[in-house]
Amino acid sequence: MSAPLVDIRNVSHRFGQLPVLKNVSLAIEPGSYTILLGPSGSGKTTLLSILGGFVTPSEGKVFIRGADCTAVPPAKRPTTTVFQDYALFPHMSVGSNIGFGLRMQGVDGATRAAKAREALALVGLASAFDKKPHQLSGGQRQRVALARALVIEPAVLLLDEPLGALDLKLRRQMQDELKAIQKRVGTAFVHVTHDQEEAMALADHCVVMNDGRIEDEGPPERVYARPATRFSATFMGESTILAGTVTEAKDGIVTASTAVGPISLPGASPAGAKIVLAVRPEHLVLGEAKGDVALGTAKVDDVVFQGSFKRVLATSALDAALQFIAKTPASTTVQAGDTTAVSCNAQDIILLAD
Amino acid sequence: MRAAARFAAWVYAIAVYGFIFLPVVVLVLFSLQATSFPIPPFTGPSLRWYQAVLSDTRLTSALVNSLLVAVLSSLASVTLGFLSAWGFSRFVLPGSAFLRGLITLPLTVSYLIIGMGLLVLFNWAGVPKSLLAAGIGHVVINLPLCFAIIYSQMGDHQINIERAARDLGAAEWKVLLMITVPVMAPAIFAGFFLSMTFSWDEFVISFLLTRFETTLPVEIWNLLRSGLNPKTNAVGSLVFAVSIVLVVFFELTLLRRKPA
Repeated sequence: MSAPLVDIRNVSHRFGQLPVLKNVSLAIEPGSYTILLGPSGSGKTTLLSILGGFVTPSEGKVFIRGADCTAVPPAKRPTTTVFQDYALFPHMSVGSNIGFGLRMQGVDGATRAAKAREALALVGLASAFDKKPHQLSGGQRQRVALARALVIEPAVLLLDEPLGALDLKLRRQMQDELKAIQKRVGTAFVHVTHDQEEAMALADHCVVMNDGRIEDEGPPERVYARPATRFSATFMGESTILAGTVTEAKDGIVTASTAVGPISLPGASPAGAKIVLAVRPEHLVLGEAKGDVALGTAKVDDVVFQGSFKRVLATSALDAALQFIAKTPASTTVQAGDTTAVSCNAQDIILLAD
Repeated sequence: MRAAARFAAWVYAIAVYGFIFLPVVVLVLFSLQATSFPIPPFTGPSLRWYQAVLSDTRLTSALVNSLLVAVLSSLASVTLGFLSAWGFSRFVLPGSAFLRGLITLPLTVSYLIIGMGLLVLFNWAGVPKSLLAAGIGHVVINLPLCFAIIYSQMGDHQINIERAARDLGAAEWKVLLMITVPVMAPAIFAGFFLSMTFSWDEFVISFLLTRFETTLPVEIWNLLRSGLNPKTNAVGSLVFAVSIVLVVFFELTLLRRKPA
């Protein structure tokens, strides 16, 4: 495989005494859509700022196209950023905004205008060329910011919570467009968000961050189905979490004692290890035991109808600290206050080190 | 009762505005006097005293001097004030709050003290009394003002706009000239016009720091030493009119800010 487009090696960063990134390494492939997903304070925005050149890391190196860019200022590195507040130049027309980067490169006016119009057409705003930013809606400004960053053909486009300021419907729509635009231009996108749905919908490569570290990274399907850590099991989608201790391990089968009794599942943890079992909501079965692993009975606390399914929260009868999160068909007749059996299948249980 | 309260409110309002504006009204009214003394009864209206002002070369050259000093000193004040505001808001400096306080301190010092200080300093440094000296004095009093106005308008939103420009390849001086200055234009113009207003009718510093060529307020003072006549009223009214125009420009530029 060829060298990665961006190679972040052992980067750490502190703001004063506060460590915000702890020895982070990450490779970004050409043409990929990478999502940095994490809660606020996880260091994802700092990592993006380091990529963009706005922050020089305390330790570690950043290589872009094989060149050491660690201390190269933003103006001189092949990245552009789409800012969360768009940061359009309020005194310039949309056309001049988009042409600004080319103007700084010394491109002549006619070429600039032609390329700016092309970029505007790409984001579906061809008619806005002569408008001022304040005449545009939030979604349109977003597109202008995208066109302005893309028109100078960066090696990597950085997006800092680009959809954060939009309402839900527009966000989902822009999400689809972002993906389509990325496929069309083929530029590598690095996109920061705390919205896991956005992450799953957009990412080729999903990087889950927490507390200055990368918890998990990989294709979103893999990260969802087989999260590497407890944090990623609860942040990227929800999970029911069962703590336990391994009592026996042989022939690739692990038996663990938990609050709801012993559970056997495929795995390789040594006996005596503290483990965590995670089960995705759609894998929990309520009612007469149909799954091969019984999880005891539970009292239903809340049922939320969500259209195509019902989201059920229930507390285990065996351990009040254990809360089940289940997703059941909309036709299920379960109600708050009911007591129901809970089960699942062994192959759907995710085994994690605690 | 309510009617009485309303009546009292009106009387109070008229009294307040009368107290503030009556001197100006009297000044302007008697500048239109047809006879030689600015005292009742009113004999005008007549423009003869305005004609007298405009044909008095001492007054007209003082007026030109005043305009020159006002424009140039305000340009210097607003440029220096802008650069210091930008520096303070974009860079982390040791003792930033203390230095910011220090730069605005001249706002609280009386013009007399600043004028005397400059007089002593220029005397020692061998700078002769001149319009230039007065202009420098006006920069001393107006720079803190421009700084305070511009600094107060430099928000975090502009930081990202500047970053975006840098990100797109702009060198630092281009960021300043093509992005920061245009975005800050309302505050910059407001600072400029307010400086003009203060410089235009500033007396104490000009009086202390000029000798042969002088500014209009000092020339008016010379005129007043020979007693009141409608000519002093006419030139005072002109000064007042220019101040009004400048203040209106100031208000328009500062208050008519578009939401970003």
